[in-house]
Amino acid sequence: MSAQALETRGLSMVYGTGDTAVRALDAVDFQVAAGQVMALMGPSGSGKTTLLMILGCLLHPTAGSVWVEGQALAGLSTQALTRLRLRRMGFIFQSYNLFPALTAAENVQVALELKGRDLGEATALLDLVGLAGRRRNFPAQLSGGEKQRVAIARALAGDPPILLADEPTAALDSVNGRAVVRLLGDLAHAQGRAVVIVTHDPRIGELADRVVHIEDGRIQDQF
Amino acid sequence: MKTGPLHWGAGMAGLLAWRNLAHDRSRFAVTLVGIIFAVVLIAMQIGLFLGFSDSTTNVIRHTRADFWIVAKGSQNFEVTLPINERELFLARSVPGVAQAEALLVQFTTWKTPGGGTESVIILGTDLNTGLAGPWNIVEGRLEDLRRPDAVMIDRVFMDKLGVSRIGTRVEINNRRALVVGFTQGIRSFTTSPWVFASTRNAQRLSGFAEDQTNYVIGRLRPGADPQRVRDDLVRTLPRTDVYLSEAFAARTRDYWMFTTGAGASVLVSAVLGLLVGVVIVAQVLYATTVDHLPEFGTLRAMGAPRAFIYKVIMGQAVISATLGGLPGIALSLLFARGSEAGAAVILVPPGLAVALYGVTLVMCVLASIVSIRKAMSIDPAMVFQR
Repeated sequence: MSAQALETRGLSMVYGTGDTAVRALDAVDFQVAAGQVMALMGPSGSGKTTLLMILGCLLHPTAGSVWVEGQALAGLSTQALTRLRLRRMGFIFQSYNLFPALTAAENVQVALELKGRDLGEATALLDLVGLAGRRRNFPAQLSGGEKQRVAIARALAGDPPILLADEPTAALDSVNGRAVVRLLGDLAHAQGRAVVIVTHDPRIGELADRVVHIEDGRIQDQF
Repeated sequence: MKTGPLHWGAGMAGLLAWRNLAHDRSRFAVTLVGIIFAVVLIAMQIGLFLGFSDSTTNVIRHTRADFWIVAKGSQNFEVTLPINERELFLARSVPGVAQAEALLVQFTTWKTPGGGTESVIILGTDLNTGLAGPWNIVEGRLEDLRRPDAVMIDRVFMDKLGVSRIGTRVEINNRRALVVGFTQGIRSFTTSPWVFASTRNAQRLSGFAEDQTNYVIGRLRPGADPQRVRDDLVRTLPRTDVYLSEAFAARTRDYWMFTTGAGASVLVSAVLGLLVGVVIVAQVLYATTVDHLPEFGTLRAMGAPRAFIYKVIMGQAVISATLGGLPGIALSLLFARGSEAGAAVILVPPGLAVALYGVTLVMCVLASIVSIRKAMSIDPAMVFQR
């Protein structure tokens, strides 16, 4: 099968049944290669987040197929999907989703421990995102941009080849937003990761290797 | 620190559990107060039950008798019919009996110096043998009980009986009596205070004839078979019931604890205390988990195995049990010590204190099962839903 980092074919997702059924995705085909940034853009409710959840093994599609690094997700048990998510993917969320009771370093260490890695790697990961000096700070003591960079460091724990980001710059000002965009670009281009970003942010569109526009669950165009 | 994949979250799960609890200090304080309250509630109910049970056989256990002879059909220690002293001489004739003596136990009335009336139980013992009689004498001497009219009471009941010092003159059953000493910590299950006296004084104060008593108690010769001697006593004294000490204590305890229903109500209170404790702890731990549901959702989205989440929640339970349970046990021990000066004793022996920690731990772990179910029911996709 495909050697793409992520690939979908004929992907459809319908929420509900009968008269109340809502088609969130309709026959979506696309691929993302390693070292590539793909931006998923489109209006609210267009199906971008549903697609991201399916790619992240968090949602089963109604129809179609998904491959992660050539491995078909169909037929995998919940535990196998959880393991795949843990070992091969990192997640970045719009509202950071940091553990408020843990420091920046400890937030990263949780992910490192889950992946069986040396907790000492947290320092290097925070250094990579420019936050080595803030490792002992709690999320409440960090700015929005700093929180998102901690979240990126956490997503990088265990060196996953795939990063999935949901509106990573939506809650940031322009300076911090640009910094995060540059960082995500570097993580894809310099480190060979596949990065999928759901976004409304045109700066990410400019940075992305591919931009996919989704509307009403269908890919309208991609370039 | 290097952790292998087989050691999921041993360290970070514990840290997360601790920080989840301690990060919000006000909530954590409320959680701990809830657990302390639950532990004290359980300890007090069980302690009351134990104290209640203990007090029903207090005198029997402090008497050094091997057997007890009592009027036929007697149900408990405090209420019996008189028997004739000739039973005493018959008992002494049985092989295997080393020593036998009369013991008198009788409810009667005590008129306080202020004119009030209280119900008391006179315990008349043979002062020559020391088989029975007052123990823990803290003021006065046992020998003083040989004086005519002499009695001793416990300090716990001094106020109740209107006695402030040795030498106080009182009236018992319309007869003069003189307080010659005090014991410490000899409570009565019936709430009627014990009044210790010599056999002769007790007979006079309770209106018994000189040849009447309630009990014949005694000791066996070394090496004698207790059951065999008992059988011989039963044959020799057909108008009485004969018990070995442990059996008599058990009969008395069972009568007060279960036949009267008094003990059952205390036992039900103890069980209710346990249930209320579990509910309190479950509620506080559940509230803590619900507060952190988004974080459990994030963990699940990140791919954390179930075991990691179990460890976080169980860790919260164990930390709460320890930090709430130990002060709760310490407080219970303090209350138990405080109760020693009162009429109703609360017993919290070391074994109960250790068991209480175990109960608290089990209670917290049971309570956390509800929280685990809640945390595991979260859809990890919630982290993307805004």
